[in-house]
Amino acid sequence: MDNPIDILVSPTPLSLDRCYDFVVNEGCGGICLFVGTVRDHNKGEDVTHLEFEAYNEMAVKEMHKIAAECCTKFSAKKVAIHHRSGHVSLTEKAVIIAISTVHRKNAFLACEYAIDRLKETVPIWKKEFLQNGSYWVNARP
Amino acid sequence: MKIRCFGIAKDITTTEALVIDSDAILTVSDLRKWLAHNYPAFANVKSFMVAVNQEYADDTLLISDQDEIAIIPPVAGG
Repeated sequence: MDNPIDILVSPTPLSLDRCYDFVVNEGCGGICLFVGTVRDHNKGEDVTHLEFEAYNEMAVKEMHKIAAECCTKFSAKKVAIHHRSGHVSLTEKAVIIAISTVHRKNAFLACEYAIDRLKETVPIWKKEFLQNGSYWVNARP
Repeated sequence: MKIRCFGIAKDITTTEALVIDSDAILTVSDLRKWLAHNYPAFANVKSFMVAVNQEYADDTLLISDQDEIAIIPPVAGG
């Protein structure tokens, strides 16, 4: 069996094609792709861009754990999780999750599970840049 | 021992790698106390985890100079 998991943390733009091409396979009838993009506002403030800082080695490990969970909990056949680091502009892709399953329902469930877990456990930090300053998201009480 | 700092922890310590020379740090809990004492600004951070050898660690875990240790402020990927 081919390696079912593809993980990437990259300072360069993410590729939907690469994620799709990794997960597509003859045994699967459903592929779900989630893309997190950079939004121009948050909590009433205008956002100009983001910067992601990653603890690369550990982030890759934690992303791999999530992908493996998608395989065991939701019978995912292939999982790609790619995340950006560094400066990310408005509308750019911050994260891509691609999952293939035999039937569609588990692809949706696994995709939602993966992005929810990623936001809880993967050591990546988001700095939001506003018109008049910047701050680390989630850091303050 | 060397402590890797990310996100707001890097801002507070003003370094990516904090070098600590202390006989008093035997566990993750000891490290937390040392950080709170030497960098009071950590009190203004919502919470933070400590990773040892790239795994989240309990406060009771023993740590040494040979370990890769990192301060993990609240994550915000995605």
